[in-house]
Amino acid sequence: MSTATLEPRVRAQKNYLNADYGWKSWLFTLDHKRIALLYMVSVTFFFVIGGSFAVLMRIHLVEPQGALVQPETYNKLFTLHGVVMIFFFLIPSIPAVLGNFLVPLMVGARDLAFPKLNLLSWYIYIVGGLFTLYSAIAGGVDTGWTFYTPYSSTYSNTQVTAVAIGVFITGFSSILTGLNFIVTIHKMRAPGMTWFRMPLFLWAMYATSIIMVLGTPVLAITIFLLALEHLFHVGIFSPALGGDPLLFQHLFWFYSHPAVYIMILPAMGVESEIIACFARKKIFGYKIVAFSSVAIAVLGFLVWGHHMFVTGQSVYAGLIFSLLSFLVAIPSAIKVFNWTATLYKGSISYEAPMLYALGFIGLFTMGGLTGLFLASLATDVHLNGTYFIVAHFHYIMVGGAVMGYLGGIHFWWPKISGRKYPNAWAALAAVIIFVGFNLTFFPQFILGYLGMPRRYAFYPAEFQVLNVMSSAGATVLGVGYLIPLIYLIWSMRYGPVAEPNPWGATGLEWKTASPPPTENFAEIPVVTEEAYAYAPEEAAGD
Amino acid sequence: MQGLPFQPEQASSIAKSVDQLYFFLTAVTLFFTALIFSIIFYFMIKYRRRSPDERPKAIEGSFPLEVLWTAIPTLIVALIFVWSSTLYFRNSQAPRGAMEIFVTGKQWMWKVEHPEGQREINEVHVPLGRPVKLTMTSEDVIHDFFVPAFRVKKDVLPGRYTTLWFEATKVGTFHLFCAQYCGAFHAGMIGSIIVQEPDQYEAWLAGGAPGESMEQAGAKIFQSSGCPTCHQADGKGLGPSLLGVYGQPVKLTTGETVTADDAYMRESIVLPKAKVVQGYSPIMPSFQGQVTEEQLNNLVAYLRALGKAQAMPKEEGKQ
Repeated sequence: MSTATLEPRVRAQKNYLNADYGWKSWLFTLDHKRIALLYMVSVTFFFVIGGSFAVLMRIHLVEPQGALVQPETYNKLFTLHGVVMIFFFLIPSIPAVLGNFLVPLMVGARDLAFPKLNLLSWYIYIVGGLFTLYSAIAGGVDTGWTFYTPYSSTYSNTQVTAVAIGVFITGFSSILTGLNFIVTIHKMRAPGMTWFRMPLFLWAMYATSIIMVLGTPVLAITIFLLALEHLFHVGIFSPALGGDPLLFQHLFWFYSHPAVYIMILPAMGVESEIIACFARKKIFGYKIVAFSSVAIAVLGFLVWGHHMFVTGQSVYAGLIFSLLSFLVAIPSAIKVFNWTATLYKGSISYEAPMLYALGFIGLFTMGGLTGLFLASLATDVHLNGTYFIVAHFHYIMVGGAVMGYLGGIHFWWPKISGRKYPNAWAALAAVIIFVGFNLTFFPQFILGYLGMPRRYAFYPAEFQVLNVMSSAGATVLGVGYLIPLIYLIWSMRYGPVAEPNPWGATGLEWKTASPPPTENFAEIPVVTEEAYAYAPEEAAGD
Repeated sequence: MQGLPFQPEQASSIAKSVDQLYFFLTAVTLFFTALIFSIIFYFMIKYRRRSPDERPKAIEGSFPLEVLWTAIPTLIVALIFVWSSTLYFRNSQAPRGAMEIFVTGKQWMWKVEHPEGQREINEVHVPLGRPVKLTMTSEDVIHDFFVPAFRVKKDVLPGRYTTLWFEATKVGTFHLFCAQYCGAFHAGMIGSIIVQEPDQYEAWLAGGAPGESMEQAGAKIFQSSGCPTCHQADGKGLGPSLLGVYGQPVKLTTGETVTADDAYMRESIVLPKAKVVQGYSPIMPSFQGQVTEEQLNNLVAYLRALGKAQAMPKEEGKQ
C-alpha cells in the first residue's frame, strides 16, 4: 500500500497508457483499452452537455409561467437533452467504455475480434455526435427525442434533418460494437473459459450486443424514412401525403423499447460483478441471472406496443402488449432477488463501488415496480404522457443505468487508470447522488398522477410546489455528479498507485497489471475455475 | 380515499375504479421496495466484513427459492393484468345512447362542436351523469385529449377518428390538457371541461345562437359539394344510396365486408378509392383538401342521420 516504494517500479513498467505518447498514438490506436478511453472522454463530454440542458430545464420550471426561456427554446432543451443523453451517453456508456475495456480482458484475449472496426465505431460515433452538436448550434431541434410524425416530418421548422443524420450515423457505431462483442465472446475465450464460467458482465454484454445488432437497423430505416418525408415529401407517415401517422411510432418503439435494455442490461452486468466482489460470494443462482439477461433481450422486442396504449390501437393489441410487458418484469425481479440473496452470509464491505451498486438495486427496484403501473392498461391511460412516465424512466435510466455506469467506473478505475481515488469522497458522492436523485424524481411521480403532462414549457400554478422540489433535488444531483468528475481527474495524477487487484476480486482482468500492458496478458491465461470463486476451497488455485 | 393528499379529483364514473387499481399498485410497490430495502439493510449489518481475510462459503443458489420468487411475481402480475385489463376492456366502449360531441384538435387549440350546432373553443360543456362520447380528429399533428379528473386520455390523430367517452359525476370545471407534444405552444393547448347540472346544461345549449345543427350543416355541404348527383336516395345514381347505410355492414368489391362507421365514412370521402362498395365503379373524386375537418365532421353527422332514415328497397347497383 505504501505508494512511495511502489511508484518508481510501476512507473517504469510498460502499460497501455505509457506505451506510446502523442496524439497519433491515441487517434490511430487499435488497442481496445485506448479506444475505451476515447469513448470515456467523449461520453463524459456529451453527459456534461446533456446535463446542462437538464439544469436549464429545471431552472425554467421553477415558475409556472417559465422562469428562463421562451417555450420554443424550452422545447429544444428537452429534445436535445433526450437525444444527447440517450444516443450519445446512455447507449454507448457501459458497452463502449467499460465493455470495450473489459470484454477482451474478461475472456482472456489480447484484443477484440476486429480492432479496426472498433476504432471505426468511435469515429462513426464522433461524426454522428458532430451532426447533433451542429444542429444544436444551428438553431436546435424541437421534436422531442421521439421524433413523432407528422410533427417532425412536416410541421417542425427546426434542424430535424441534421439530428436525424446524427442519430442515423451513430447507430452504425452501436452495430459495430455489438458485432465485435458477439464475435469476441464466441471465438476468443481463453482455454477453459466455458460459457458458464464467464462473468455475468459478459453475459449481459452478449445480450446487449444481440439487441444492438438486431434493433439498431430498424431505427436506421425509420430515421431514413423520416428524412425522406421531411426532405422530399414522400408520403410515409403524414396522412396529408397519404401516409400512416402511427406507423412511425411502431417502427420507432420497435427499436427504442429494446434500447432501454441496451441501457439497463449492461448496468445489471456491472451490478453482478460488484456485488460478488464486495460480498465475497458467488452470485446466487448464476445461471438464472445469466439466462434472465437473455430473456429480457428477447422479450424486450415484443413489448413496443405498450408505448401506444392511448393511440387508438386495437383493444386486443393493447391486451397482448400489456401481458408481454408484465412478463418482461419477471426476469428483472428474479435478478433483484438473486443479488439480494448473494449478500446472505457474505462478507460485505462498503467501499464506494458497493454503495453505487446498492443504490442501483434500490432505484432500479422502484423504477421497475413503477413500470407495472404503465404495463397495466387502465392506469396507463391516466399516466401515459405525464410526469409519471418521466419519473419512471429516469429511475431506470439514471437510477439504474447511470448508477451502474458510475459503480463500474469506480470499481474498475484502479485497473483503467492504475490509480486509486479517495474512497471517502467517492462514498460521499454516492450518497449525495442517491439522495439528490430521489429528491429530483420522486416528486415527478406525484406530479404525473395529479395529471401534469410532460414537455410543458409552462404549467398551471397548482403544480408549482412539486416542481420546485424537483428542481431543488436536481441541484443536489448536479453537485453529486461533479464530485466524481473532480476526484477521478485528480486521482490520475495524485492518486495512490493501484496494485493489480486492489479489491481482491476474481476475474481475469484482475490477474494482470494495473493498468494492463498493451497485450493484456504476457501469456494467455488458462481458466480452471468458475466465475466468482471467492470461497476458500475454490480460491485454492489462485 | 377522497381525503388523501396528492390525489387528483375523482369526477367521472371510472375514476374511482382506476384509483383503486392505482392504490393496489402503489401498495405492491411500497411492499416490495420496503422488503428489498429491509433485507439489504439487515444483511449489510449482519454480514458486514469483520476481518479482512474473511472468506465466506460459496452458495450455489437454491432451486426452490428461484421457483418461489419466480412464481410470486408471476402471480402478482397475473392478478394485476386481469384486474387492469377487465377494467380497460369494460371502459373501452361507450355505452349505447351516449351523447355525441365532435372534437377537432389543431395547433394549439381544441375546437368543439355539439350536434345541436353549438361551437366552443378550449371549453367543453357537458351535463352531469350522462355518458358523453367524443369523436376526435386533428387538423395537423398528433394531439392528445387528457382529462386527469376523469382518468381518460386518447390521442387525437390527423386523418382518422379516435373516440373517447366519460360520464361526469361531479359539477365543476376540470382541466383539459393536450398530452402529446405538438409544437411550440403545446403547453398552451389546454382548456376546461365544464360539467353542469342537466337543466343548466340545457339552458346553456339553448342560449347562445345555434344557427343550425351539425346535421343541417352537413346536409348543406352534402348538397353544395354535389354529392346527391351520384348518391341518389333511390339508389339509381352512379354511387350507392346513403339512406340506412350508417352503422350497417357494407360489401366491398374485394369481397370483404366492413361496417359503415365514422372511420369508413370519413375514409370514403377523403380516399374514396380505398374501399369501394360492391357493384360500383371507383369513379368518385377525392375530397381531401376540399372540405375542412369540421365540414367532414358535419358530413359524418349528416350521414349518421341518413343512416337512421328508412332504407329504400334494394335495387341493383348501376355498373
